[in-house]
Amino acid sequence: MKPSPFSDEKFASDLDEFSGERAANLIPNARVSGPIPWVIAIMIALTVMAAAGAMAVSNLAARANADLSGAVTVQIVEANPDTRRQSAERAAALLGEDAAVQSIRLVPQEELNAMLEPWLGQMAEGEAVPIPALIDVELNEAASEAEIARLQGVLDLSVPGARVDAQSSWLQPVYSALASLQYLALVLIILLAITSAAAVWLAARSAFTTHRETIEIVHHLGGTDQQIARVFQKTVGIDAAIGSGLGLILGMLGVYFIGSQFSALESGMIDGGGLAFWQWILIILIPLFGVGMAVLTARFTVIRALERML
Amino acid sequence: MDETPDTVVNFENIGLRYGTDPEVLRDVSFTLFPGSFYFLTGASGAGKTSLLKLLYLAQRPSRGVIRMFGKDMITLPRGDLPDFRRRIGVVFQDFRLVEHMTAFDNVALPLRISGVSEASLTRPVSEMLDWVGLSHRAQAYPTTLSGGEQQRVAIARAVIARPDVLVADEPTGNVDPEMALKLLRLFEALNRLGTTVVVATHDVHLLKKVPDSLIMRLDNGKLSDPTGALRYPPKRTSGKAQGKGQGKGAGSRS
Repeated sequence: MKPSPFSDEKFASDLDEFSGERAANLIPNARVSGPIPWVIAIMIALTVMAAAGAMAVSNLAARANADLSGAVTVQIVEANPDTRRQSAERAAALLGEDAAVQSIRLVPQEELNAMLEPWLGQMAEGEAVPIPALIDVELNEAASEAEIARLQGVLDLSVPGARVDAQSSWLQPVYSALASLQYLALVLIILLAITSAAAVWLAARSAFTTHRETIEIVHHLGGTDQQIARVFQKTVGIDAAIGSGLGLILGMLGVYFIGSQFSALESGMIDGGGLAFWQWILIILIPLFGVGMAVLTARFTVIRALERML
Repeated sequence: MDETPDTVVNFENIGLRYGTDPEVLRDVSFTLFPGSFYFLTGASGAGKTSLLKLLYLAQRPSRGVIRMFGKDMITLPRGDLPDFRRRIGVVFQDFRLVEHMTAFDNVALPLRISGVSEASLTRPVSEMLDWVGLSHRAQAYPTTLSGGEQQRVAIARAVIARPDVLVADEPTGNVDPEMALKLLRLFEALNRLGTTVVVATHDVHLLKKVPDSLIMRLDNGKLSDPTGALRYPPKRTSGKAQGKGQGKGAGSRS
């Protein structure tokens, strides 16, 4: 029999990091907590839908704003149809000569009648309800307040009763509503992130308590907080990756379903709500962010718990 | 003073209490020298396990000074403790094996924690299991091992990395006399390589099995040295440990 099982040399070289596969066995059953992938999947799915919705609304508002930023409406309010027509033609001529104006269109009376028909019914020209003449003006630049005031000044001199309005100002309440929806989505995303972090925190803490005996042994054998935390990070990371992938798929299906429902409306109001390429990239980054957040939360939780041990 | 390289462990006026209970260790002072073999005896409840906990850095004392490997352990930052723990092998009284790991993995754990590669650890772990008579149970889980087998795995795990200090709490309590003797030979072999060994036991027969071993005795939390060994230079030290920390008079009050 050998005098002792000890070799002549200590284990001083050929060192490997105690991580990855070597350390994974420290916590049994690989999974930290059964429900965590599902919780993260739901959170990520909701976040994806909220983010996609927020970006779609943002696109919608930006598109509408771009369409209307240079658009101006000139109303000629005049009871006498002949005077009104003459004033409208005079105003159109004046605006047509203005350098700031890109194009003008005198809205035909028939078109106005057709637009108002749902409310006023069939009516012949010259009937009791006088309808203002409308001129649709497109400016070269955005219709600023100063520009509107200048055009009003130009028309006031020779077309009394003309009133110049920026079309975007009519949509201001709509923009405000859209902005509110975006803020709502942002708050929702923040709340979802906090809830996800809390779920991971609870799961990591529970796993830490369950495996406290093993962790203490590893500590006594010289294991560092970093080594132990890495094991938890890896396990939570795998759980979060599975959950996030599933959540992304669920979220994308939700976005596709809602998108196709809105597309079916074929309304001009929702044109331009589609997402750009970079916005799709952002959505795909959400699960990655979710995994990162889960891993960091697990690390923070475990390190804090370990610091309470000697 | 941090540098006392010729002593491994130095306790000065150590007191330990849990919560507001009376002190379980009182005014404990002693010095352990490199390559020495110590038995720590005392009745149940005398404070042996508490003293060992201080030795393997699982507990900080309520008062006093502990120096290990020339460093003050009381002021040592928590983050520096793992490096010192890796130099201390521990055989726990309740074995404390990791239940979901095989005997092989339990024995390999200190090496893996220290970063020894898989290729380098397979042979020494197998040899160690062979030495403790468990090569045929290498892939068995602790719950399927008998008490004695678990104890041998725990001992193999404690010595595999050739620690500078080995602390063993009743390491032969669950094995037959023949295996107890063999395990003592293992500790002696490690001791000859320079490891300071501290074995807590209440088996008086065991004390006679290791020639030149030193005896510390705990009585109701106070340390005494019935053989006078702690007051005089030990015979089994590696020769560089003489003269320092002597005459502390184990158990003496400051």
